Amino acid sequence: MKKLIVCLLAALSFVGSALASEGGMAWDKFPAEKLNDVAALQNGAKLFVNYCLNCHSASFMRYNRLREIGLTEDQIKKNLLFASEKVGETMKVSLDPKQAKDWFGATPPDLTLIARSRAGAGGTGADYLYTYLRTFYRDETRPTGWNNLVFPNVGMPHVLWDLQGQRVAKFEEEQDPHDHAKKIHVFKEFQQVQPGKLQPLEYDNAVADLVAYLQWMGEPQQEHRVRLGVWVLIFLGVFTVIAWRLNAAYWKDVK
Amino acid sequence: MAEYKEISPSAPAAARLLNWIDNRFPLSKLYNEHVGEYYAPKNFNFWYIFGSLALLVLVIQIVTGIFLVMNYKPDAGLAFASVEYIMRDVPWGWLIRYMHSTGASAFFVVVYLHMFRGLLYGSYRKPRELVWIFGCAIFLCLMAEAFFGYLLPWGQMSYWGAQVIVNLFAAVPFIGPDLALLIRGDYVVSDATLNRFFSFHVIAIPLVLIGLVVAHIIALHEVGSNNPDGVEIKAKKDANGRPIDGIPFHPYYTVHDIFGVSVFLMVFSAIIFFAPELGGYFLEYNNFIPADPLKTPPHIAPVWYFTPFYSMLRATTTVMVNVFSVLVALAALGALVKARSGAVKLGAVIGAAVLIYLLKTFDPKFWGVVVMGGAVVILFFLPWLDKSPVKSIRYRPNWHMWVYLVFVAFFLVLGYLGIQPPSDTGTLIAQVGTVFYLGFFLLMPWWSQLGTFKPVPDRVTYHAH
Repeated sequence: MKKLIVCLLAALSFVGSALASEGGMAWDKFPAEKLNDVAALQNGAKLFVNYCLNCHSASFMRYNRLREIGLTEDQIKKNLLFASEKVGETMKVSLDPKQAKDWFGATPPDLTLIARSRAGAGGTGADYLYTYLRTFYRDETRPTGWNNLVFPNVGMPHVLWDLQGQRVAKFEEEQDPHDHAKKIHVFKEFQQVQPGKLQPLEYDNAVADLVAYLQWMGEPQQEHRVRLGVWVLIFLGVFTVIAWRLNAAYWKDVK
Repeated sequence: MAEYKEISPSAPAAARLLNWIDNRFPLSKLYNEHVGEYYAPKNFNFWYIFGSLALLVLVIQIVTGIFLVMNYKPDAGLAFASVEYIMRDVPWGWLIRYMHSTGASAFFVVVYLHMFRGLLYGSYRKPRELVWIFGCAIFLCLMAEAFFGYLLPWGQMSYWGAQVIVNLFAAVPFIGPDLALLIRGDYVVSDATLNRFFSFHVIAIPLVLIGLVVAHIIALHEVGSNNPDGVEIKAKKDANGRPIDGIPFHPYYTVHDIFGVSVFLMVFSAIIFFAPELGGYFLEYNNFIPADPLKTPPHIAPVWYFTPFYSMLRATTTVMVNVFSVLVALAALGALVKARSGAVKLGAVIGAAVLIYLLKTFDPKFWGVVVMGGAVVILFFLPWLDKSPVKSIRYRPNWHMWVYLVFVAFFLVLGYLGIQPPSDTGTLIAQVGTVFYLGFFLLMPWWSQLGTFKPVPDRVTYHAH
């Protein structure tokens, strides 16, 4: 019995990834403890509304759900809403998708589920976003003047540039380890050309807050789900012991 | 018709009510035949829990499905948002939805294990052929149900998965393109497709499925359950006509199943509450992006339970068709040497020539569809392919176990490869796996008779707990 439970737990701990690696650089690890930090989530929500919500919608997310990360309805109304919006509405944008496509080459995607959809072999969706928002660099060959390491030739300009400042990326030509006839373009380092409002560590911290918010927004009840799950499993654990003994009590007569 | 039974007017109210019902509907009779006096072999082991679990998951899927339909909108413009509405705004909607999505995968887990049990202990052998055939039909329905249901969330993987699978039908010679059009109801997967898939998913297939499950259980209870020894317990009866090695389903197997169900529910709940996506296997990440007919995802993979068969489809390349042609020619040559009658020899040669001609004429993609479909359909014939003198693996030659293990290993490897993007090595392994899978069944009449079989005992082996 004990062995069986251990086996089952071992089977559960296995959470691989079904998606194949799509190449590109390795993703940095998102500091997951931010998810339980209400101040970080609130700061993330503020960054999200100020920087992202101008072009990206979050059309499945209602403003008043922000109460679950400790904001009051009054705070939401005063700080995060435009005058015409109601607190029970979802986070829509007035950007015309057709125009957006003309400007950026792609319609900015809805961000409600972005953290859930970007997971892959490289890590969680949060890892991806945490890396993506920290690897923008100046590239004059792009229409927006910006490029990105994990999302090469991205349509989005570096919206957080006033926080991070401007950087360029240094690449070097190296021999392809798989094919000696080829040279590959390898990223070496970033060089700050103009400082931003935040120091590099402060910037990483702010991005982590924003990503924590995006992760939370993807499934606002995720923490509740896990907490409830613990109780469900405790109940089932007790029930299983009773069922096991009940079974044994009946079967002792079978010879 | 049963005779009308009178009961003493002073009998307890419950007894009088039951008598009233029994005179009009066979309630006691049904209960006794299927539960109270259904004698099941007492030596069931771990492998025998999965039938009950499959029934449990069916009920979970139906009940959660009923509640999902209350808020789901089968409309290309609204479907994705309605699923998120269920996940966010409907009270406990997330739980119902995760139960349904996890239930879909759990269904295949328990059904695959249930089928493997049948394979191990020869549960499909005479007189249980119809039990097995109904079961295979259930498996087929389940695949259709899962396929239709997977389009409904209207995410990228839903959309492109359906697009890829429906396009397979277009590979059928002559009628293919029209057939694909008929299935989609449009030239691409669209609102019309979503509506008809919804109808199939919530009405048509579940109706057939429930009917087949009832037939599966009636047939099983008619012939009685097999057991790990493959011994007929009805052959040894006591003075009352009850099988000596049988025990009433209730209470013995009901308490047994309650225990099994509680362990299953622990695993099931752990996934729902702690890892509902299960690393992208149960809910694919791409499916959190709304369907976009203009943007093909870089890698389209079906959900894990289809991937062994999907691998076989992908493995059927031009090279593979050539291999099949050579194998058919070799088989015909074998028949030419071994067969006694001239008619059989002639038939084998003509048959092989026609088959090779067709193999080389039609698109390998079509043969991929044939292989994929054939890999499922061949299961129906298992009762007549297995010529082993004993039912259970316990009394077969030891090396038969290895054949089964290699079979299972290839099935798992094919499943793994079906999730991965195609690669040269992967395709080669999948081709070997496909040939082994088909060979396992097609050559079974030959290999299942080989080796030294062990004596089968008269009674089941049972060690008291």
